[in-house]
Amino acid sequence: MLRIKNLHASVDGNEILKGLNLEVKAGEVHAIMGPNGSGKSTLASVIAGKPDYEVSGDVTLNGKDLLDLAPEERAGEGVFLAFQYPVEIPGVSNVNFLKTAVNDIRAYKGLPPMAAKDFLKMLKEKQALVELDKKLTSRSVNEGFSGGEKKRNEIFQMAMLNPKLAILDETDSGLDIDALRIVANGVNKLKSADNATIIITHYQRLLDYIVPDYVHVLYDGKIIKSGTKELALELEEKGYDWLTKGVESSELKVKS
Amino acid sequence: MVEAMENIASKKAQFLSNFLAKDTDVNSSLAKQEALKALENLEFPTTRDEYWKYTRVGKITSAKYSQIPSFKVSDISNYCIEGLETYRVVFVNGFFSEELSDISTNQGVSILPIAKARKENTDEIEQYFGKLSKHKTQFFSALNTVFNTNGVFVKIAKNSILEKPIHIINITNAESAAFNPRNLFVVEENAEVQIINSYETSSGSSFTNATTEIYVKEGAKVDSYILQNESDTSKQINEIDVLQESNTTYSATTITLNGGLVRNNHNIEVRGQGSETNLFGLYLTSGNQHIDNHTIVDHIEPNCESNEVYIGVMDDKSTAVFNGKVFVRSEAQKTNAYQQNKNMLLTDDASAYSKPELEIYADDVKCSHGSTTGQVDEEAIFYLRTRGVSEANARKMMICAFAHEILDNIKIEVLREMLEIQIDERFVLVESL
Ligand SMILES: Nc1ncnc2c1ncn2[C@@H]1O[C@H](COP(=O)(O)OP(=O)(O)O)[C@@H](O)[C@H]1O
Ligand SMILES: [Mg+2]
Repeated sequence: MLRIKNLHASVDGNEILKGLNLEVKAGEVHAIMGPNGSGKSTLASVIAGKPDYEVSGDVTLNGKDLLDLAPEERAGEGVFLAFQYPVEIPGVSNVNFLKTAVNDIRAYKGLPPMAAKDFLKMLKEKQALVELDKKLTSRSVNEGFSGGEKKRNEIFQMAMLNPKLAILDETDSGLDIDALRIVANGVNKLKSADNATIIITHYQRLLDYIVPDYVHVLYDGKIIKSGTKELALELEEKGYDWLTKGVESSELKVKS
Repeated sequence: MVEAMENIASKKAQFLSNFLAKDTDVNSSLAKQEALKALENLEFPTTRDEYWKYTRVGKITSAKYSQIPSFKVSDISNYCIEGLETYRVVFVNGFFSEELSDISTNQGVSILPIAKARKENTDEIEQYFGKLSKHKTQFFSALNTVFNTNGVFVKIAKNSILEKPIHIINITNAESAAFNPRNLFVVEENAEVQIINSYETSSGSSFTNATTEIYVKEGAKVDSYILQNESDTSKQINEIDVLQESNTTYSATTITLNGGLVRNNHNIEVRGQGSETNLFGLYLTSGNQHIDNHTIVDHIEPNCESNEVYIGVMDDKSTAVFNGKVFVRSEAQKTNAYQQNKNMLLTDDASAYSKPELEIYADDVKCSHGSTTGQVDEEAIFYLRTRGVSEANARKMMICAFAHEILDNIKIEVLREMLEIQIDERFVLVESL
């Protein structure tokens, strides 16, 4: 489904992703872990199409080259990013925004706009799925939401847009254990044989609920180790030092 | 030096000659005599005057104005607010149109073309006319006071609450003509009224120099809307002078959707305790347009509240100016005054000059003011786009969200909805910078 080959990304001449390779197949859950600043959010942003980066390499989704597409076209192809830091947008109501999003994606796919009745029905269903307070949907996007509410709103949007590839960037941080369970439960319910999920996290905790097929360690712009879910347990226990020590120690010094 | 002055003098004479022929009965009113005298002494405002610092009036003063052509509007519904019952006063190229108007009123309300009222209620008009306008110090106010031809005189009797708004529609269609509409509102004790004042161009480029005086007597409530939607080449100077007595509410929302050069002077004198003043403004500029809002709220008496928010979105090479002055006089203890101006620039060539000012002479007051000028939040645009929202829609959403803060204050629901749609449609085509 998703194939990333030799991906480089830089900002103002600073290289952040340094030749990253990753393959994710339909039906799979991949976890990406790694210390702060290693490039996890950058990877997510580059896949979603954030314009800040100079990018080279290949990123394809079901054979389609994503790097040539605008962010909204990538969404139309089925990419979804649950942001680590969702922005607040005063004055734009969640409902109106989602209606536009759903219909713009439908237009991209050559479908007519959704009937208002069907939209409302879906809204209610998905709201229930992530146990999002009804009041939040009629409010402005993320405005005045608590950290946990913002994260839940991201998963709610994901449920509304039903993406092929969902990337969850530290969705677990800032969630208490109940909220974590609800969010994980939502993600699990949305999982199917023809979509895939990438979970970016620091903690084993979330992976207890959403069990990954593969775990990757991203460090200094590259994936330096891949394994199965046992790797996450090992990282939890030992940290990253045992993996990163061998990696270009000169650069390490600059970093620390 | 002498030559330069003569030059200025002759320029003024030339400009005034556009109007002279139309004047008739100078002796009829004290204000008119005062204004005539002022016109002799006052010069065109220049950018050296603090009050006109960012707005050049050369486009107005150097233009040649033709005879006002006759022009008929066949379908007034284009200019009405759909779904809203109103009293309607229509002026086409400055002339009162009886057939397009609907001013048959109930007891307690009188709506008349001011030219007619002047003949029939001479003493009453004289009692109010020109008592608030700035014709002694402001050139264009003086111009209007001398050369106004028509406008509306509205009187709401004591305790009368109008069941529908009064909609005054000014439509111009002239290659280049000048108009001096003059309105006078007397809202008596405990009366309530909603006023909508629309300025529309059918085509051409006119200069509209409007002056409106509003008396809000004890306990009265006025809810006023000024809708400016003129052509890109039109010019408008619009002075509104309000006197609030005690326990009154005056709310005004000025929406400028279009216009080549627009200067609004909104002056509120709060001469009574327990009164509330709300001034809202929304201006959307594009092309080379220049929109300038000047407001003065003068708190003279204690225990009053004023609340002012002006919001602008500037596109292309357009310019917006906001200057809001709040005076709190030494007697005006316990005043609450809030003032805010927010501007969004859509291009690097657009500009905004913002100057909210407080002058406080009392010590027990709560006052705050602020001003922000910025661009569309690109992080938010990216966020919306990652959800599949097209870039054009994302920008439109952000701009409309910004403007909605003003629209949300509009109490006439169908008017608010109409403006929401107009503004939404307007930003359909906004593309990336
Ligand atoms: N837009 C940007 N401008 C400048 N530096 C950036 C930008 N995005 C990311 N970086 C830098 O790239 C590195 C990786 O950041 P990030 O991808 O957020 O790491 P992680 O999510 O793994 O903690 C950091 O050093 C960060 O400062
Ligand atoms: Mg991150």
